[in-house]
Amino acid sequence: MVPLTHYLALGAILFLIGAAGVLMRRNAIMILLSIELMLNSVNVTLVGFARQWADLTGQVFAIFIIAVAACEAAVGLAILIAINRDRSLVNVDEINLLKW
Amino acid sequence: MELPFFYLFAAGIVGASLLMVTRANVIHAALSLVLVFLFMAGLFVLAGAEFLAGVQILIYAGGIMVLYLFSIMLMNVGVAVRLRQWHRQSALAFLAAALLALEVWVVLWKVSLPAGKAWPWQLGQTPGNVEALGMVLYTKFLFPFEVASVLLLAAMIGAIVLAKRQITR
Repeated sequence: MVPLTHYLALGAILFLIGAAGVLMRRNAIMILLSIELMLNSVNVTLVGFARQWADLTGQVFAIFIIAVAACEAAVGLAILIAINRDRSLVNVDEINLLKW
Repeated sequence: MELPFFYLFAAGIVGASLLMVTRANVIHAALSLVLVFLFMAGLFVLAGAEFLAGVQILIYAGGIMVLYLFSIMLMNVGVAVRLRQWHRQSALAFLAAALLALEVWVVLWKVSLPAGKAWPWQLGQTPGNVEALGMVLYTKFLFPFEVASVLLLAAMIGAIVLAKRQITR
């Protein structure tokens, strides 16, 4: 049986890679993809806990996270398409109309 | 036999996700993310989450990533490949991520987890993972399940309203 710390460490590493991608990349689509990676790292952690305590609640939560990820992808991509049609931009540091 | 496969899948996940974050072309990054999801499905089977492994491939690799790829085709991202890929503040952002890594490492190192239970589930056993998961999802978590369906409906309507062309009357 794989120890729980392995699942937690893998989830943490994936979350950090995703967080670095969100913070460092300029391309808006890359930011959305990195957010997907972060949501999936939480899934790994939840499945590891479900395995450790033989409780299906973790897997049910992972299903809800997948539903939320689908919503986030749909709305985020719709916003990006609207911005891209209007001003033909994909880089987040150029979208600064509301910046003070 | 479980541990070597865990390391294999974990190495695949981390390698493919590093590949994903560093690509300049968005299509390449999306395909690397599909690879991450496939490795993750293997990991879920290893952890006794068969249904989630199937959902991971069907919904994530099959549904959400196709949505991403179609949206990428709708935008003109060819120009962005030749531009600078990283933020002006990316050094500061890397510092923040490193600080977060330090915090996570300290927490993982300090915490002591109690010993786990023996998993009563085995491959090919009846009722399997899907039956057990359905039993929990439709009894104990029925209300959150319905809330999630309302959330999906709201997101669908919102996406259509946001992405549609302005109709001039």
